[in-house]
Amino acid sequence: MLKKPPSVVLASFRPSTYPRGYASALHSLRPCWMVFLNILILIVVCGVSSAVVLAEDHLAVPANLQVFDTPNDGGQSLTVNWAPGALDSPDVRYQVLVGDAGATDVAALKVVAEFPAHTRLVKDAKGAWWTRTAERNWHQFTIRSGKAVELKDGTVYTVTVAMLKGEERIVGPLLQAAPTPNWFNWNLVNNLVLTLIFGGVVFFSIAHARRRDIFLRRIPGLDAVDEAIGRATELGKPILYLTGAHDMSDPSTIAAAVILGRVAKKTAAYETELLVPHRDPITMAVCQEITKQAYLEAGKPDLFKEDSNFFITSDQFSYTAAVDGIMLRKQPAANFFMGSYFAEALLLTETGASTGAIQIAGTDSDHQLPFFVTTCDYTLIGEELYAASAYLSREPVQLGTLRGQDIGKAMILSVIAIGILLATLGVATQAAWPQYFLDFFKDVK
Amino acid sequence: MDATIIGAWVATGLTLFIFSFLYKDNPLFKLAENLYVGVSVGYTIVKTYDTVIVHLIWKPIVENQEWTLLIPVAIGLLMLTRYVPKAAWLSRYAFAFIVGVGAGLAIPRTVSSFILKQIEDTIRPLLMLVPGEGVTFSWNLMNPASSVNVIIVLIGVSSVLFYFFFSVEHSGPGKMVARTGVMFLMIAFGAAFGYTVMARMSLLIGRLTDLIEYSDPSYGRPTLWLTLVTIGTLIVLSRRSRSEPPDSH
Repeated sequence: MLKKPPSVVLASFRPSTYPRGYASALHSLRPCWMVFLNILILIVVCGVSSAVVLAEDHLAVPANLQVFDTPNDGGQSLTVNWAPGALDSPDVRYQVLVGDAGATDVAALKVVAEFPAHTRLVKDAKGAWWTRTAERNWHQFTIRSGKAVELKDGTVYTVTVAMLKGEERIVGPLLQAAPTPNWFNWNLVNNLVLTLIFGGVVFFSIAHARRRDIFLRRIPGLDAVDEAIGRATELGKPILYLTGAHDMSDPSTIAAAVILGRVAKKTAAYETELLVPHRDPITMAVCQEITKQAYLEAGKPDLFKEDSNFFITSDQFSYTAAVDGIMLRKQPAANFFMGSYFAEALLLTETGASTGAIQIAGTDSDHQLPFFVTTCDYTLIGEELYAASAYLSREPVQLGTLRGQDIGKAMILSVIAIGILLATLGVATQAAWPQYFLDFFKDVK
Repeated sequence: MDATIIGAWVATGLTLFIFSFLYKDNPLFKLAENLYVGVSVGYTIVKTYDTVIVHLIWKPIVENQEWTLLIPVAIGLLMLTRYVPKAAWLSRYAFAFIVGVGAGLAIPRTVSSFILKQIEDTIRPLLMLVPGEGVTFSWNLMNPASSVNVIIVLIGVSSVLFYFFFSVEHSGPGKMVARTGVMFLMIAFGAAFGYTVMARMSLLIGRLTDLIEYSDPSYGRPTLWLTLVTIGTLIVLSRRSRSEPPDSH
């Protein structure tokens, strides 16, 4: 309406179509008062227009402001959402203010964040479509307990958002919410679904492996295990087996312990001495059990020595110094480095190489793999460590697990191929729907 | 004597004794090694006692009456039943709990970090939306998000993933894919090797800086004197071992 008034006003200057014959005596006066009237209307319209322009420059209260407990978290956090404003730009800023429940005055609130008005959008936040709390172009700010403000679970807080431009500030309505911890993190639902799918595939593969034989390709590093044990037996020297730096919660340590069972069974059968120095007491206790069981299965329980597994220290480099000393003094013929390793990897393997021992490493510590590759005779890279126990034992459960993992990897490759296709389609067509698929394969914590 | 000076002598001596391992295993290295292990075990015991027994068990239970903590304490005590042969089987419950909790914590973390994160970072559009130019295929190798880099990452991830297929024989075209995967792995290992060696060099520089600092007269020149002692000891030990008759076996 505001764009039209000038043309409407000027249109009234057009010649009248009213028949002259019916005109009154006042007709002669028409041009005078019409001109006056039009000027008056022009002034009024221009005044209104300029008032509206001024109003557009003025700040507006953040629209549709919402404050609520941050969903899918461990508590001590509140989330604020509000609709995008007409003036959102780098020159304009938003402030998030927090105060106690009883605060009714803005002055009592504390500014916990200030940022340019074109930032902090829902689409920038790491989240998936199934847990999104507002439109993608809305603003979102998460207030977390920290140095700026301490939020306690179950306590109500007053929160608002202010818009600033220069010296001017306009504050939104004061809203209240209380942070609470949540039982479920629905952001991780994709994680759960994938775990269930992969778990199902593994169970199916195990059932399949019980019925039929499963092919496993040859892994050179694993073939070398028997060779190394045989060599140690021939030389009459011990075997040194390390289980890595981590505790039993790490999958690589679990894999190392499983392989230890196989190695211990062989050493028991060949009556070769086994040395297993540990960094973690719990891992040591678990490995003692595994070694004992292996000697029992090999039919040589009398050869089992309780102190074949022994604790040195949990300190990284003093453990390394001690193991280096063992390598030089006991001169083991074979060294096994399985599990997780850090900076001690090269120190251990260099010393082992200097003694002439055959060395086999297996680790998923990708940052240490280069050192194992260069200093060991055989290296089980990453997942080969997990495959090792299955390959050595040929047990259906482990073979099926390995087969299930292969199927899982094939599924991942398919997802990557489809995902790249959809992402490309999304860019080419500017469509948002591919994101519904892609979000499901995002790491959203 | 100032504690700083004593510290300088101890640090210099132990550093040189450990470095003597580069020549060969010797009593000086054994001294440093045993001292290092002993000190670290002692420190760990004291730290564990203070952190676990005092701050995590004693104070919360006795001072704050947090009785639920008795459950993990009981599970932990089951570990000690290993030393009583007749009750040793009880320790398996504790181990089962630890392994179970460990696996439970590791599985979602692994799915998150090693599957979802990798998929997320590999799935990138092959075309880019450049303002002013529209949808284009970018050949810029310097831009990690460029189309050509997306293709390189895709080939790398697919071939490396294929290399880790264990129930498929790597023959025919599969052999070529697996070899491509190994090539990508070796490039990554080479880069990691160089990066880590540089980090290790900085550690060595740190030790050498300390040795240079401790050669100052204000410390009594421990670097100079202890280097002479170390070298002298190694020479004496070497001559003694030569004069000893060879081992009978």
